[in-house]
Amino acid sequence: MIERRPIADFVGHLILIVTVLIVAFPIYLAVIAASHDLAGISQVPMPLLPGSEFFTNMANALLEGPKIVGVGRGTSALLLMSNSLIMAISIAVGKIIISLLSAFAIVYFRFPLRTFFFWMIFITLMLPVEVRIIPTFKVVADLGLLDTYTGLVLPLIASATATFLFRQFFMTVPDELVEAARIDGAGPMRFFWDVLVPLSRTSIAAMFVIQFIYGWNQYLWPLLIAAAPEYQTIVLAIGRLMRAPDAYEEWPLIMAMAVLALLPPVVVVVLMQRWFVKGLVETEK
Amino acid sequence: MEKRVVFHNKYLPYLLVAPQIAITVIFFFWPASQAIVQSVLREDAFGVSSHFVGLDNFIALFEDEYYLNSFKVTALFSTLVTVIGLSLSLLLAVTADRIIRAATLYKTFLIWPYAVAPAVAGALWGFVFLPGPGIVAYLLQQMGVDWNFHLNGAQAMFVVVVAATWKQISYNFLFFLAGLQSIPKSLIEAAAIDGAGPVRRFWTIVLPLLSPTLFFLIVVNVVYAFFETFGVIHSLTRGGPAKATEILVYKVWYDGFEAQDLGGSSAQSVILMAIVIGLTVIQFRYIERKVHY
Repeated sequence: MIERRPIADFVGHLILIVTVLIVAFPIYLAVIAASHDLAGISQVPMPLLPGSEFFTNMANALLEGPKIVGVGRGTSALLLMSNSLIMAISIAVGKIIISLLSAFAIVYFRFPLRTFFFWMIFITLMLPVEVRIIPTFKVVADLGLLDTYTGLVLPLIASATATFLFRQFFMTVPDELVEAARIDGAGPMRFFWDVLVPLSRTSIAAMFVIQFIYGWNQYLWPLLIAAAPEYQTIVLAIGRLMRAPDAYEEWPLIMAMAVLALLPPVVVVVLMQRWFVKGLVETEK
Repeated sequence: MEKRVVFHNKYLPYLLVAPQIAITVIFFFWPASQAIVQSVLREDAFGVSSHFVGLDNFIALFEDEYYLNSFKVTALFSTLVTVIGLSLSLLLAVTADRIIRAATLYKTFLIWPYAVAPAVAGALWGFVFLPGPGIVAYLLQQMGVDWNFHLNGAQAMFVVVVAATWKQISYNFLFFLAGLQSIPKSLIEAAAIDGAGPVRRFWTIVLPLLSPTLFFLIVVNVVYAFFETFGVIHSLTRGGPAKATEILVYKVWYDGFEAQDLGGSSAQSVILMAIVIGLTVIQFRYIERKVHY
């Protein structure tokens, strides 16, 4: 910086450290709540230091789940998390595959309806699930896809952002590579698999991080599609448990589940920070 | 921008776009068109037949005080989330930009709430403010506040704004920091040599150069507050108490699924579609996106 101002530096660090602590505070509290039994958490004020029940509560949440009436009695966090994982990975992989294919078609071929298809994909940006809730639900119901993984995943894998990102990247790939491939007698699909996909590795990784989080954090869609407990996701379960009439009896367990619900996407973001930031910035270009 | 060298094949490109287009048509265009059709129909009491009613559903909607209330709630909610979120993140980004050596470290500690689902963010803050065990609720009660966000509408709005803003701060921070770091240092040095202090430099150089980022983030935050906060509302307040936190997206879901009012819910869908289209057009027409890393 231009001026040397030790006091300003100190204040700056102070602001940032305090913010980091405030931002982390609700998670800390959830971990504390998950480490006490009901009697411990019911003290006023609640304890601010960890208790001894953390592993009991976690095991209880993972293997048995809360016993709240009407919220899928006995759906364990393990089952809920595996549903979330299936949903997140299928959505991320599905989006990447169909977007790579359509971006390849739009960039590397000339065909009559090319611009038309491009605009069709673009317009999906303006039609989030939230604005067409009931008719979309009806389509999925008519296709017999309620309470199936296909119903949870398939309608969400169309992606304008991923298609644009890959299109953007393909435009930067030198034409000489296509010429070289053609001289060597490689067809379009051979070029796609052996040249284009390997070159897109970083973009694919960036897209995967963003879409994994998107899939894991879905809420409204599973709320519509997954009525049966076997197909519910952990994020959906948290939302339902929160306002259940007898939730107060299960706070330690609910907070243990909240910690489990946020752990996988947070770990993905922190470990893959470089690709995450790249994906975030590039999808907005 | 067009490729100079392309492949030639009559059928392959159609095959390649087919999956994307099929999903788009079946799950996006068809339902959206159904929403428009439904919005001008009304079903009879038994749901057997429906007839054309023109704009009646829309007129009924704008005469419905709950719908108008929902508009006001959404306006208040999205304004608070956008203004508070952007001011805080801008302050943090400017602070982090000053002490650049530690900025990366702070970045790591600030980006992770982005990964937390809105519904889970709601659960975490719901517990912090929970009357009874919630620690902040306890402190507020000690200070003499009659705290119960399950009963008090203003308090409920406060809690959902906190949860929704908390989740969005990382995103805003990342983009502000990137924007700040792309401002040429020479400009700021020149201003400093001319005797402009840090505050003057911020208002006359930094903020104007940051305005494309700022404008872009305003749109993104409004879209977020409108459409992506359903989980926060559903897990925290269920739109209550007394519809004090019933945002438009929550109402369209509630009216369609819980109240089974197909025509009314579809008319709301159409209005929401118009809002998204408006916001998207603003985003693409008026925003020069100059965010560089």
